[in-house]
Amino acid sequence: MLEPVKDTTGAPFWEYAARGELRVQACADCGELRFPPRPCCPHCQSFAEEWRPVSGRGRVWSYVVPHPPLLPDYAAQAPYNVVVVELEEAPRIRLVGNLVTVAGAPLNSLDPGRIRIGARVHVVFADGLPQWVLS
Amino acid sequence: MTLKDATAIVGIGRTPFARHLAEDERTLACRAVLAALDDAGIAPGEVDALASYTMEETDEVELAKAVGLGDLTFFSKAGYGGGGSCATVAHLAAAIASGQASVGVAWRSRKRGSGPRPWTNTTVQLPTPAQWTRPFGLLRPADEIAMLTRRYLHEYGATRDHLFNVALACRNRANQNPAAIMYDRPLTREMYMSSRWISEPLCLFDNCLETDGALACVLVSRERARDCPNTPVYVHSAAQGLPAQHHGMVNYWNDDPLTGPAWTAARHLWKHADFTPQDVDVAQIYDAFTSLVPLSLEGYGFCGRGEGGSFTEGGALEIGGRLPINTSGGGLSEAYVHGFNLIDEGVRQLRGTSTAQVPDATTCLVTAGEGVPTSALLLTNRS
Ligand SMILES: [Zn+2]
Repeated sequence: MLEPVKDTTGAPFWEYAARGELRVQACADCGELRFPPRPCCPHCQSFAEEWRPVSGRGRVWSYVVPHPPLLPDYAAQAPYNVVVVELEEAPRIRLVGNLVTVAGAPLNSLDPGRIRIGARVHVVFADGLPQWVLS
Repeated sequence: MTLKDATAIVGIGRTPFARHLAEDERTLACRAVLAALDDAGIAPGEVDALASYTMEETDEVELAKAVGLGDLTFFSKAGYGGGGSCATVAHLAAAIASGQASVGVAWRSRKRGSGPRPWTNTTVQLPTPAQWTRPFGLLRPADEIAMLTRRYLHEYGATRDHLFNVALACRNRANQNPAAIMYDRPLTREMYMSSRWISEPLCLFDNCLETDGALACVLVSRERARDCPNTPVYVHSAAQGLPAQHHGMVNYWNDDPLTGPAWTAARHLWKHADFTPQDVDVAQIYDAFTSLVPLSLEGYGFCGRGEGGSFTEGGALEIGGRLPINTSGGGLSEAYVHGFNLIDEGVRQLRGTSTAQVPDATTCLVTAGEGVPTSALLLTNRS
């Protein structure tokens, strides 16, 4: 599987994820959340940042079911789902992930027929990666 | 100074298109450039400007010395792969109109049919923004655009039949074009609906071809164009588009992911044009995936937001319809050469030499890739 290659701006997200926490970068001056992380606030141009814990609850904004040809590790699990989840408290923050049956389950563990746009989900963690389960 | 009709495309050239061509990309580039110069009646030594776009492996130095170009005073490369196709012509038009050069050549050479797939090269692309997508198996452009497509279908009630209408229009035109890879391969609704998935909701026929081939075009000033053998095709308006808070391919992080770069390019394009979407006779719309077409129809103002799917009904995209598109077959059925074939086909339509000619066409919109920072051209033969 592809490990995330962390850039310096994104590294805190992955450090929190490794501890089982979902946090999103926020402006320490105006408070705006932003994703993906970046060095400067597009709202007020401040370089001051903080990493704000979020509830980990959200809704499915969209999803796809990739079929081969794919990179080998992914082809072995295909067809699987990839979802975009919009966070409950900040719908404009949308995270790409996978909807699984339980934390650590394979990418194809949930029948794609059970996925609906708008479905309520919440975050779990496995091996430092956030995953999502149906609420 | 204005760009409007100040320059014209006076030469086009291409190699054959195939899944596999024996020659390498540089050789194909040389052949396309020489064919375009020959079509324009201009000697290679007169060329002083070049423009290409990123993911082009043949660089200016190699091309110029191989085909014997003159001293170059302008060269540029537009970014973002397929989003840069029309920008090459726009950059040359600006350079010629502002006196930085006099004869410009734009080109594209690709061996996507027999060469490596860019998405297999994962490590170099992972840090930003791929760290947020690739680990979860969102790997290929098809997966990224399928995500947008699913949301588009959901939000507007568009259907797979609308996507089929796009695929069919392109295939029908390819069936009229002997140079198209799908020249002799008709498409039916049953074939479309029963084809294999690539990334649900996108099936095989929603995806462009994988093609080897090269194309080029030649630009000169309006005055110089009168001395060239073919009908001049004027660059009436041109624009690039990179919207605020855009994220290439995976625009899900934008406040409004379903209004993409086309909307930004369109605002500038129409602001500087003497005509409107209602006056466009034929359009060449970037079609790496079928769903980019309804998004572009909305973005460029042919219909309202959310109406791109229903716009495709009733044969609207076919010859004789409201807006014939991709009259050489497009990326879906002629060849996928990062959209450059759409530019050359736009020129053929306005010369009156297309294999699927729209009668008396005088205006043509050509667009580059939607979903990435993009570019577009309005072409006309009205002098
Ligand atoms: Zn701020």
